[in-house]
Amino acid sequence: MSSAPEKQDTTARQDSPRKPLLSVRDLEVQFRTDHGPATAVGGVNFELYSGEMLGLVGESGSGKTVTALSVMRLIPDPPGKITGGKVLFEDIDLLQLTYSQMRRIRGKKIAMIFQEPMTALNPVFSIGMQVMETVRTHEKVTRKEAFERAVDMLTAVGIPDARKRMGDYPHQFSGGMRQRVMIALALVCHPQILVADEPTTALDVTTQAQIMDLMIELNQKREAAAILLITHDLAVVAETCQRVIVMYGGRVQESGTTEHIFNSPRHPYTQGLLRSLPGPHQKPKSRLNAIAGNVPSILDMPTGCRFCTRCPDVMDRCHREEPPLHALANGQLVRCHLLEEEAT
Amino acid sequence: MEPLLEIRNLSVRFPVWGGVLRHKVGEVRAVDDITLTVHRGETLGLVGESGCGKTTTAKAICNLLSEMSPGVIQTGQILFYTKKGPVDILAQNRRDMRPLRAQIQMIFQDPYSSLNPRMTIGSTIERPLILHTRLSVKDRRRRVSELLDRVGLPPEYSNRYPHEFSGGQRQRIGIARALAVEPELIVADEPVSALDVSVQSQVINLLQDLQNEFGLTYVFVAHDLSVVHHISDRIAVMYLGNLVELGQSSQVYHDPLHPYSQALLSAVPQPIPGGNRHRRVKLQGEIPSPLDKPTGCSFHPRCPIAQPDCSVNVPPLEKKETGQLVACPYSSLVAKSAVGDSNKTPS
Repeated sequence: MSSAPEKQDTTARQDSPRKPLLSVRDLEVQFRTDHGPATAVGGVNFELYSGEMLGLVGESGSGKTVTALSVMRLIPDPPGKITGGKVLFEDIDLLQLTYSQMRRIRGKKIAMIFQEPMTALNPVFSIGMQVMETVRTHEKVTRKEAFERAVDMLTAVGIPDARKRMGDYPHQFSGGMRQRVMIALALVCHPQILVADEPTTALDVTTQAQIMDLMIELNQKREAAAILLITHDLAVVAETCQRVIVMYGGRVQESGTTEHIFNSPRHPYTQGLLRSLPGPHQKPKSRLNAIAGNVPSILDMPTGCRFCTRCPDVMDRCHREEPPLHALANGQLVRCHLLEEEAT
Repeated sequence: MEPLLEIRNLSVRFPVWGGVLRHKVGEVRAVDDITLTVHRGETLGLVGESGCGKTTTAKAICNLLSEMSPGVIQTGQILFYTKKGPVDILAQNRRDMRPLRAQIQMIFQDPYSSLNPRMTIGSTIERPLILHTRLSVKDRRRRVSELLDRVGLPPEYSNRYPHEFSGGQRQRIGIARALAVEPELIVADEPVSALDVSVQSQVINLLQDLQNEFGLTYVFVAHDLSVVHHISDRIAVMYLGNLVELGQSSQVYHDPLHPYSQALLSAVPQPIPGGNRHRRVKLQGEIPSPLDKPTGCSFHPRCPIAQPDCSVNVPPLEKKETGQLVACPYSSLVAKSAVGDSNKTPS
């Protein structure tokens, strides 16, 4: 796979001298398949700063979950393999750590919550046991202290009567409550980074609103200093995140602040996505501006720009060479040839 | 407006078996006394959260429940207006139901499990033609090609198998199968919720085009309120098996009157920075189990404007000044500013 080496940081916060909490550089992940190696993500660069919620949006196959799993070093190997790049956290490259060194970071400093709270919780242990286990794995505390920590954390995420419910099992909780338990499990050791992979996709809208409010509240209270929110739902990102990264075909296609991405998207893909969404801004029963075609499979990615097969503004050049991420004056980064002249 | 389908006092109860001897220990009231009419040529959106009975209602309309869950108790009537006059779908036996099935078709949520992986898509689409028509082999083949072309797939694909298609393409195949026998009513159960965002709008457009072309009537079940608002003429909101609000799509979407509809709509995230989080009506607690429904109005334990008698009386659907039917006698108590125009935000 040809991917031009890019040294730019896709978040482009030149104005902010703050040191990022996490920075991902030129990440490349390949999967071995029957038809040869397939590059799931390539040339992914981004930084996560303390105190922010960063949204990583994309459709299925865009590489958003693979990116998240790479940060956690949870890519199933085989068939997957991180074939290039760095994930820097506290000046250490997480990709160079041994398995046991990584275990000390995972859950303690970087924690993750998953889409399906039923499969992510162990059905044969009480939730109290599971939260306590996390504390006792990472910290030298007595059982009693661990118990109290677990009760406090479950209360903080809004489980009513947490002390009484410590002995209950996952099946005794509703979907929304299970996701709260998952969040408690992730945050009980006060990690600096929370990676949330589609945390509300399996939930109803009113429950989703409750869980997103909880995450924002925890972020503001610094229970989780920085949150990387991975989702396919643009609206959820618009409501919660300060910055957004849009992925497509294993590449970052556009990134910028939420205001810039939603009010003045520059990449044809982002523009198409936002125009195609039904909602109050569309005339009811009108034809939606759909993006033609289907999401390409990672085995069959077009050469050149990944979006060239579906792009309304496609040029000859797009089929031949993949555009670099062009940095615009407002800090937005866009991977499109059309913005070459505007780039700074 | 001419009615096509009339649901009268439909209740659906599922038995719950338990104990060593697997005897009946309780009942789930999945649908509790709902009455509504679907007009010819319109799209009725049925919305609500999981467990509200929207899918059960959809399946009852297709008379699929007695086949799928033995022991189910369905009361009330579902009248379908055929050319010969109204027939009660629930009263039909298997054989009498058959000709009706050609007129009521269903599109399912999961395009992966709703197609037989061992049948080519051509034979999948041909199947209803064999069952319901007397077309010759040649005519059937021609019709399959026409249908594939109509839903936007190349007719040469008819010899391919479902695994060769993406989710959006499979959903198109499901739509072609439903269209094959020229139905009057299509019941679509979450037809776009399993699809990618960029593909979802293609399928919504296709459904709308087909409706205009063939004069189809849709019952569109979904939890995504933005999609439902876009495609529907009228919206029915359900909560715990009850119909709580029914009205014109834009009325319900922009100016809901039932406290539950207000909370539900205010929870819908909007793709604008900051969204409408600050206008959100927060609900306490979670949806109760349908096994153990609250007395009176089933929403009263979570309702922000609950009155003492809400736990006693089941509120009937009443027509409000705006034309909506709302099952809440106190809906005028809600501060209108709570939701008001939260959904009217321009892009």
